[in-house]
Amino acid sequence: MESSEAGLRPPRHRVSPRARAYWAVRASAGWLMPVAAQVIWLAADTARLGPHVAGLVLTAVVAAAHVTVMPQWRYRVHRWEATPEAVYTQSGWFNQERRIAPVSRIQTVDSERGPLEQVFRLANVTVTTASAAGPLKIHGLDRDTAQRLVDELTEGTSADRSDAT
Amino acid sequence: MTERTEWRRLSGRMLVIHPIQELLRAWPVLIGLVFAGTAGGQSSWWSLGGAIAVIAAGMLRWFTTTYRVSAEQVQVRRGLLRRRLLTVPRDRIRTVDVTANLLHRSLGLAKVEVGTGRTDRKDDAVKLDALHVDEATRLRAELLHRTPARRETAREETATPSEVLLAAVPAAWVRYGPFTLTGLVTVGVIAGVAGRAVNEAHLDPGRLGPVSTLLERWEHAGLPAEIAALVAVLVVAVAIASTLGYVLAFYGFRLTRNTLGTLHVTRGLITTRSITIEERRLHGVEISEPLLLRAVRGARCLAITTGLRVGRGAERGGSLLLPPAPRAEAVRVGALVLGPTTPLTAPLTGHGRRAARRRYTRAVGLAALVVAALLVLSWTAGSPAWIWRLSLVLLPVAAFLAWDRARSLGHALIEATLVSRRGTLVRRRSALACEGVIGWNLRRSFFQRRAGLATLVATTAAGRQRIDVQDVPLGEALRLADEALPGLLTPFLDSADS
Repeated sequence: MESSEAGLRPPRHRVSPRARAYWAVRASAGWLMPVAAQVIWLAADTARLGPHVAGLVLTAVVAAAHVTVMPQWRYRVHRWEATPEAVYTQSGWFNQERRIAPVSRIQTVDSERGPLEQVFRLANVTVTTASAAGPLKIHGLDRDTAQRLVDELTEGTSADRSDAT
Repeated sequence: MTERTEWRRLSGRMLVIHPIQELLRAWPVLIGLVFAGTAGGQSSWWSLGGAIAVIAAGMLRWFTTTYRVSAEQVQVRRGLLRRRLLTVPRDRIRTVDVTANLLHRSLGLAKVEVGTGRTDRKDDAVKLDALHVDEATRLRAELLHRTPARRETAREETATPSEVLLAAVPAAWVRYGPFTLTGLVTVGVIAGVAGRAVNEAHLDPGRLGPVSTLLERWEHAGLPAEIAALVAVLVVAVAIASTLGYVLAFYGFRLTRNTLGTLHVTRGLITTRSITIEERRLHGVEISEPLLLRAVRGARCLAITTGLRVGRGAERGGSLLLPPAPRAEAVRVGALVLGPTTPLTAPLTGHGRRAARRRYTRAVGLAALVVAALLVLSWTAGSPAWIWRLSLVLLPVAAFLAWDRARSLGHALIEATLVSRRGTLVRRRSALACEGVIGWNLRRSFFQRRAGLATLVATTAAGRQRIDVQDVPLGEALRLADEALPGLLTPFLDSADS
C-alpha cells in the first residue's frame, strides 16, 4: 500500500505566501462576533464573573488555535498546476480534495478579487466544466499569477471548440 | 421554409384550458370561499377578486405567447409587462418532452417542453403549453430528427424511420407499486389539503357520524393500540396510494428506439407523457433499487444523459427507462440501451475491509451518540427511561445498514464503462461510458487519509453530474482513474515525474 500512497504527486505550485495572512485575517474576523457577544454578556452580567471569564478564555484559545494552525496547514495543502492538457488543484486542510480537469473540457475561466483580497493583492481563479460537480477553484493566488493563468487557459480552451459535454 | 420561420401561437383551444387550469390550481381556496361566504365577510370578496384576476391572467397567456422555429434556433416570446424572448440554438436541444393531462387530452392538445441541459432553471425552459397533438408530434420530430443540412445525406434513413420496441410494462408489474413509497408524498398532500379544506370550511370532523364512533372506540383502546392502529392505517393508505400512483404514471409504458438515434418513452393513464432522448446524449444507465423494492427483487432503470437532470421539477422522472419492475428486466433494458451487456451484470471489485470498517464506525457510532444523548437527557432532565431504552433498537438497525452498505460498495471498469455501486436505502449501480467523464475529484477526509482510502468522483455533464466511487483504497482509485481516461493523470503520477 505504501507505493500507492505515493502514486499521485501533489500539484507543483503553491499559492501566494500572502494567502496565509489573508486566511488568518479572515478567520479572525469570523471569531470577532462570538467573542464580542461573550464580552457584552459579561458586561451585562457581572455577578457571575468566573464562568464568563472561563468561557471567554476557552473561546480565545480555540480561536487562537484556529487562526494560527489553519492558515499554515491550508498553505501547505493548497497547490495548483496547469499544463497544456490539464488543470490540477489541491485544496482543503482537514478534509482535502484534488481535482483534475482536461483543458479540452473547460467551459469558463473566471478570476475574482474580494475587497479583503485586494488588500493582500490576491485573486481567485475558478475553472468550470460542463459538470456542475466539478468547478476547480484556486484560492489565494498572486494577482499577476492569476492573470497569467487565466490568459493561458482561455488561450488553450479557445483553440478547441466543441461543446465540451 | 419561409413560412416555418413565422411567429406562431399556441392552440386557440388554450383559451378554454388556461382559465380551468387556474381554477383547478386555486380549488382549496375556492372551496373555502363557498363555506366562508355563507358566514359573510370581507375575505371572501378578496378571494373572489383574486380568482378572477388569476383567470384573466391565464387567458392573457395565450395572447402574449408566441414561438417560432427557424433552421438554427427556437424562440419563445412571452409575458405582458415583462416581455421575455427565449432563444435556444437547435443544436443544444437534447430532449423533447410531450405531456398531455386530462384537460389537454379532451381537447386534443399536448404540451411541449424542450430540454437543453444547462438552462434547467424553472423559468428558462422552453415550454409550449399547449399545441395541437399533431403539431406537437410534428414539432418534436422536427426538433430531434433534424437539421435540414443533414437530412440530405440521410435521405434513405429519414424515408423509413422505424421504431423498435425495447420494453413494455405488463399489468402484472403493478405488484411493485406498493413498494415504491411514492404514495407517502401523496398521502401527505391529501392529508394536508383535507386538513386545510376542513379548516377553511370551519368543519369539525369529530361531529361526522362514522368518524366520531371510530374516534370513541380509539380512545378506549389505550396508547400502544392507538399507535399500532395509526401505523396500520398509514401503511395501508400509503400502499394504496403508491399502487394508484404506479398505475397513473406508468400505465401503457413503452420504451422504443427510433432508428434515427433516439429513445422514446410513452406512459401515463390520465396524463400521458412522451419523452424523447437523443442517444448520442446518453452516456450511461443506472439501476436503482430502493430498499423496499430490493426486498421484493425489483429495480428501476434510469438513463444518465445530458439535458435531463434527475428529479428536478417538471423533469422529475424524465430519465426513467423502466419503472419499478423485476430486477432482471431492468438489467435487460439497461443492457439494450447501453449496447454492451456486461457492465450491469459483471461482478464488481469490493472496497475491502477498511471501507467496511468505516461504514460500521460511522453508522453505529452515530446511533451510539444518539443513545448516549438520550441517556444523559434521562439522567439530567429526567425524561422517561423507556425513551433511551427504545433507542437501543437503533444499534442493531445501524449495524444492519452498515453491513448492507459495505456489501453494496463496488466498482469496475468494463468495456470503457465506469461502473460504481453504493448505497443501501437506495442502492444504485451506475454505468457511465468513459467518454462521458469530464474530470476527477479525489476527496480525502482526515479519517479517510488515515485509513488510506479516498472517494473518487467522476464529474460528468449527464444525470446527477457525478458518479461517486466511495471509500476506495487510494491506489485502486488512481488505477481506475488512469485506466478510464488514459493520459490525463500521467503527468501528475510520481513514476512519470522521476
